[in-house]
Amino acid sequence: MALDKSEVEKIAHLARIAINEDKIPEYASSLSSILGLVEQMQSTNTDDIEPMAHPLDATQRLRDDAVTESNQRDAYQKIAPATEDGLYLVPKVID
Amino acid sequence: MAWETVIGLEIHVQLSTQSKIFSGSATTFGAEPNTQASLVDLGMPGVLPVLNEDAIKKAITFGVAIDAKINQKSVFARKNYFYPDLPKGYQISQLDLPIVDIGHLDIALEDGTVKRIGVTRAHLEEDAGKSLHEDYHGMTGIDLNRAGTPLLEIVSEPDMRSAEEAIAYVKSVHALIQYLDISDGNMAEGSMRCDINISMRPKGQEEYGTRTETKNVNSFRFIEKAIRGEVIRQIDELEAGNKINQETRLYDSAKDETRSMRSKEEANDYRYFPDPDLLPVITTDEYIQNLRDNLPELPDQKIERFQKEYELKEYDARVLAASKQLADYFETVVATSGAKAKLAANWVTSELLGALNKAGKGIQDSPVSAELLGGMLKRIADNTISGKAGKIVFEGLLNGEGSADEIIKAKDLIQETDTGAIEALVDEVIANNPAQVEQFLAAEKDKRKKLIGFFVGQIMKASKGKANPQQVNQLLGQKLK
Repeated sequence: MALDKSEVEKIAHLARIAINEDKIPEYASSLSSILGLVEQMQSTNTDDIEPMAHPLDATQRLRDDAVTESNQRDAYQKIAPATEDGLYLVPKVID
Repeated sequence: MAWETVIGLEIHVQLSTQSKIFSGSATTFGAEPNTQASLVDLGMPGVLPVLNEDAIKKAITFGVAIDAKINQKSVFARKNYFYPDLPKGYQISQLDLPIVDIGHLDIALEDGTVKRIGVTRAHLEEDAGKSLHEDYHGMTGIDLNRAGTPLLEIVSEPDMRSAEEAIAYVKSVHALIQYLDISDGNMAEGSMRCDINISMRPKGQEEYGTRTETKNVNSFRFIEKAIRGEVIRQIDELEAGNKINQETRLYDSAKDETRSMRSKEEANDYRYFPDPDLLPVITTDEYIQNLRDNLPELPDQKIERFQKEYELKEYDARVLAASKQLADYFETVVATSGAKAKLAANWVTSELLGALNKAGKGIQDSPVSAELLGGMLKRIADNTISGKAGKIVFEGLLNGEGSADEIIKAKDLIQETDTGAIEALVDEVIANNPAQVEQFLAAEKDKRKKLIGFFVGQIMKASKGKANPQQVNQLLGQKLK
């Protein structure tokens, strides 16, 4: 299965990655070869095999419902580019 | 053409855990921005989610209450999208193997019929943070206190056929989550939010029409308005020969209309995959059975018990059991007053709920506690005051003038049961109203009942509501012959 230019652009947009126009053919071919591998795997008969959600055959440990974190806002916000009134500021997301 | 409305709902319920679903941060509402956002909630590199058992417990409790299949192996998945209030770039949710599988909920409609609504699934996920778009120098403020709060998303089958049915279903879910004590159900604080899927089809057609999804509607009134508006819009489009676009719409409560969200956001390509940070959740038969055995009394059971135990009519039982808080209030009134349950039911459903509605308040904000109202009914039940004086006392209770006994004393409302004193009042009113007496005596027997009300009213007024109405009626009957 070969990806075309617009599909590569869509995948990049969904991942919010900026890509160089002239690199698109290269990406298209690498990504297509990954899909080729998947296609090859698809041809294996898995009728009697239960899908695994995780490579480890283990089950999730649960924690008790207790508050264990304290307010560390000042420390965390030291690395934020912009804060105000305790909020993290980001470029405006709606018009 | 006759159209049929088809509605399915996705209800997001915030579970009332102390800590978040994947971190040990507090979930308290209304805290200072970002004071309850830990490294996990901020999506910092290298952190790992650790699942809160109470979220699993509350989700399964809901599941057994709606008679659902519980997936004893349940899996979390990543739902990928970019938005600043979702720092990780994905929401941990469930796709395949949600914790709660197919179940159902019975709703009671206004005409008394009961309809079964299918619940497709209910899955656990984490809530996102909050974006504040007011002006921060042209920037958006992000508060991540809510990020990671456990949500149970309850997805219904497209089984509802009108706004009324949809509202009845939402109210049933709302009552149920409070009965189960798995959520505070506070809609104003966003503890319950609703996405509404609506489509139209010609009556009699089996195939569904194209649907729209109206997102994030957060009050009963808005749900009803959003549905009515969207139904009219779709019918107008269809009758004009246009097609309905499958799209996400927003309800604008200020304009009372739904409108399309920008098409950019419509890129619904979430690229779900199992979250490698979380293993499958396995629950045992014993664990589920234990939750089933410990279910509290559910709304339908309470309605039945109220009818049996208190000899209430089904309608009154339904009104009183509509919320757990109201039901508890009613039972406290009955217990403290020692009065007949019917009397307590009347006072709670008419006087109290009437006053609360007028003030736009819920039972939880009632200025009159169940104990205070019970204290007053006790005085009606033991004949200290008349029902009429009760209304004066109730006004006093509403205004915070103290207990019933204090108000009765302060306003001198103790019922007059001295026959001689009442007789004097009866004589006085009869003497002062000869025209009415004549009219009464001239009237047919079956009309007299109505006319006697005038005299009772006058006497009660003259006694300042203190005369015992039974005695007044009796004396009038003897004297007006």
